[in-house]
This record gives sequence, structure tokens and C-alpha cells, in this order.
Amino acid sequence: MIQFLSYLLNGISLGSVYAIIALGYSMVYGIAKMLNFAHGDVIMIGAYMSFCAIQYWSLPPIAAIVLAIVVCTALGILIERMAYKPLRTATSLSVLITAIGVSWLLQNIALLIWGANPKSYQSLVNFGSLTLFDGQLHITSETFITIAANIIIMIALTLFTGKTKMGKAMRAVSEDKGAAELMGINVNATISMTFAIGSGLAAIAGVLLCSSYPVLMPTTGSMPGIKAFTAAVFGGIGSIPGALIGGILLGLIEILGKAYVSTELGDALVFAVLIIVLLVKPTGLLGKKVHEKV
Amino acid sequence: MSLLKVEDLHVYYGSIHAIKGVSFEVNEGEIVTLIGANGAGKSTTLNTVAGLMKPRSGAVTFDGKAVAGVPASKIVPQGMALCPEGRRVFQQMTVRENLEMGGYTRPASEISESLDDVFTRFPRLKERHRQIAGTLSGGEQQMLAMGRALMSKPKLLMLDEPSMGLAPILVEQIFDIVQELHRAGTTILLVEQNAQMALSIADRAYVLETGNIVKEGIADDLMHDDDVRKAYLG
Ligand SMILES: Nc1ncnc2c1ncn2[C@@H]1O[C@H](COP(=O)(O)OP(=O)(O)OP(=O)(O)O)[C@@H](O)[C@H]1O
Ligand SMILES: [Mg+2]
Repeated sequence: MIQFLSYLLNGISLGSVYAIIALGYSMVYGIAKMLNFAHGDVIMIGAYMSFCAIQYWSLPPIAAIVLAIVVCTALGILIERMAYKPLRTATSLSVLITAIGVSWLLQNIALLIWGANPKSYQSLVNFGSLTLFDGQLHITSETFITIAANIIIMIALTLFTGKTKMGKAMRAVSEDKGAAELMGINVNATISMTFAIGSGLAAIAGVLLCSSYPVLMPTTGSMPGIKAFTAAVFGGIGSIPGALIGGILLGLIEILGKAYVSTELGDALVFAVLIIVLLVKPTGLLGKKVHEKV
Repeated sequence: MSLLKVEDLHVYYGSIHAIKGVSFEVNEGEIVTLIGANGAGKSTTLNTVAGLMKPRSGAVTFDGKAVAGVPASKIVPQGMALCPEGRRVFQQMTVRENLEMGGYTRPASEISESLDDVFTRFPRLKERHRQIAGTLSGGEQQMLAMGRALMSKPKLLMLDEPSMGLAPILVEQIFDIVQELHRAGTTILLVEQNAQMALSIADRAYVLETGNIVKEGIADDLMHDDDVRKAYLG
């Protein structure tokens, strides 16, 4: 029972990381109608930046996190400007291939700078752990902070898109760029901002992920990226609560599947569930039906 | 005095030459209508003037400033609004949010006053201000699209087929509103399939045919012009 509780918490915590990454996927998809496959690698860059900040430049953890966010935000804007903006009117296949190219580029840059050997990441959010039930249940500070960060981010983004002028403009652009432009909204700047926010969140996800799973290498972002993409589709791409629910469910399925079904099949289970959900509800759990324009 | 002046405008879609040297002007305080058959280039002309498309060549002067090729988001604050073909309200946003987007370029302090103005003109929108726009009826969506365009307090309001797909009684209502807006001082450039209606409220009119202006004149005269009657008034 207590063992189950512990798996549950780990699942929610891992799911929270997926949810934060999924948000980035979802927001970018919503506004640019493209799958930014390089998103997972931005996570990896964020993790490396914070790693260097601690290891080589001896910055305090909070400064390391801020640095990672700043670098990833800038990187997100740069990627959009250089790689995707010129393809605004290109076919989605060209954009997809470009995104995969950017993903490889980032991984290879990381390989060049930091080498292929895994780095052992030192947790940035380690404040000890809480022991309950006579020492049978340990809850680490990483678990707490990851879940808390997820909740805060979800609330903040919901308020941002629902209440602020900029957030509403973002929703307008994701619905109809031409109409948004006619309102006086600078569509390019809005898309840029969306990439910036998504990439900033990726940095946070990178720090949290590596704080819990401390092996860092150039491919660290790939698998979580793909799973978060799965989570975004699972919950309904383009929807904030969808990313949250999709992420958490995915984390739970993965951890519980590995614990109770099979360690090897844990990942396969995740994708099997995705396929079933998409067969039953093609728009994902919370996906909105797209209104056809007359 | 001319508020909008378009000179020798050429617009392409790829290699398709859609607008082939169109010139016209709209004077302050006028209602001008652009009529023409399907595919004549009416929407392309409006979209280019509004800055959604870039012309290959030609000049667009709005309120004394050259705006050809300037993006729409920079033209809107100068006092031009386009209520586009097919309404294009933000389906997943509420009525109120749609209107707020219409006032995007105006200072926050002026928004509530403009909202009140729009709600006075369109009481239906006030009743439904929290409703998701996608669930409004076609007529209500048209009112929302017009209200949204008015939120920017435009000097020039361009309407692209506001009567499209509406029942006759609603068409009357929309045209009444256009006339009211005009009386309240807004200059109007109206594109319509419903040439009869458009000519009946316009001061002047231009007839567009496959990318060229083939006729222009006082709306009343065109209404009695034999060619126009045959081609557009059935
Ligand atoms: N996106 C596009 N790509 C290629 N050609 C286009 C595009 N949009 C319009 N056209 C062409 O440009 C010409 C003018 O079209 P436009 O939409 O301006 O006509 P319109 O007068 O508004 O017609 P309608 O009354 O049907 O709205 C047409 O021949 C049309 O086929
Ligand atoms: Mg048209």
C-alpha cells in the first residue's frame, strides 16, 4: 500500500515534468500549427546550462535556473526566427523535416561542447526529504517541487491566456492569423513570444527532470520530448488542462506500468494507451473540436 | 477630400494576376461600393488595401500616408478597419473577448466606453457577451464582426459582403446599421454581391470585372445603367 503510494507520487512527479514539456508543444502547435520536434532538445540545453552554472561557474541554484530559462528563451526565439519563420507558408512536411533537423543540430552542438559521456547532474532542488509511516515512505523535495512547479505554471498560464491582453491575443492568433492581424495584433511577435514561453518552460522542465533523474547527455531530451508530445496529443493538443491531464496520466502509466507490469514494457504501455485514446477520441481527452469555417 | 486613394494596384497570387491595375478613391464621409461577380477581385482588393496582402505594384494612400505593403497591424491604428469576408470572428473566444481584440490597438482606458457604444448599437451582443462566438447564429456573428471592427474607432470601415448568407430581414438590418454608422461620421467602403442593396445606400460605385474597374459613377446612375442592370441587378 505504502509502496503504491510512493509509485503514485513518483508518477505524478514525472507526469508533471511531462505536463510542463507538453505545454510547450501544445502552445507552439496551437499558434504555429507545427510540431516542434526540437522542443525536447531545448530541455537538454536547459539542463546543460544549469549544470555548467553549478559545476563550472559555481553559481547558486536559483541563478542557475534563471540562466537556463534565459538561454532557452533566447534559443526558442532564435530557432523560430532562423528555422521556422522562413517556412511560414511552406508545406507542413518541410516544416516537420526542418524541426527534425533542428533537433539533430542541437544534439550535435551539445555533443561537440559537452561530449558524449553522461554527466552526473546534481539536483538543484534538493532540500532533503520527508519520511512518513515509520520510514517506509520517502518523499523527496524534488517530487514536491516538481509537482508544485507544475501547478503554479498551469495556473499562471491559464490566467495569462484567459485574462491578459497579450494572452488573449495569443489565442486570437492561434485561431486565425489573418483576422488577428486585422485587429492590429503583431502576429509575428506573438508567435515569437509563444516560442519564448514554451522554451522557457522547457528549461524549467530540464532542471526538474535532471534533478530527479540525474543522468545528463546530449540525447537526454529526446525521450521525454516524445513522451510529452504524446501527453499533449493524449490530453488534446492546444489545451492547457489537456497538457496537464495528459502529462500526469502518462507519468502514472509509465511508473505504475514499470512497477506492476514490466520494466521493459513500461514505455510501450504508454504508447499503447495513446493509440487506444486516439481511436476512441481522435481529438484527445480534452481536445476541442475544430470549427470548420464556412 | 480623399481618405483612401488607390492607384494602379496590381496583385498576384503566385503567377495568377488577380488585380490588374485598379484605381479608385473614397472621400471622407462617403459610402462607396465595389460591386462585381464572383472572382472579380473584390476581396483581394480590400485585403490588399487593409495590408493582409502585399501588392506587386501600385500606391495606396490612406489619410495622407502611403500604406501599400504595410502590414495590417500597422494600418489599423491609423484608423482603418476591415470586416472580412466570412466574418472570421474568433470562434472559441467569447463575444466580449472578440470585441476586446477589436480594440487591441486602443488604450485600455478607452475600451469600456467603446464596448458600451457597440453594445448600444448591437443590444443582442450585450445579452450574449459571455457566449462563445462560435455558437452565435450567422446574423449575430456578422454583428459581432462589425462590432469588433468598430472597436478600433475607424475613420474608414471596409465591409466585405456583410449580407452574405443572411435572411432578407437581417440583410435589411445590416444595411440599416451601415447607414447609421455612416450618419455617425464613418466613411464606408462596401463590397457586395447584393448590388441592388449596395447601390441603394451608396454615394458612388465602382464595377469590378476580372481584376479591372470597368465602370464607375454615382450609385443612382449605375443603378439605372443598362449594362449594370443586365449583369448585376438581374
Ligand atoms: N488564395 C488564392 N490563391 C489563388 N488564387 C486566388 C486566391 N484567392 C483568390 N484567388 C483568385 O483571385 C481572383 C479574385 O478573387 P477574390 O476572392 O478577390 O474575388 P471576389 O470578387 O471577392 O469574389 P467573391 O464575390 O466570390 O467573394 C479569383 O480569380 C480567385 O480565384
Ligand atoms: Mg470576395
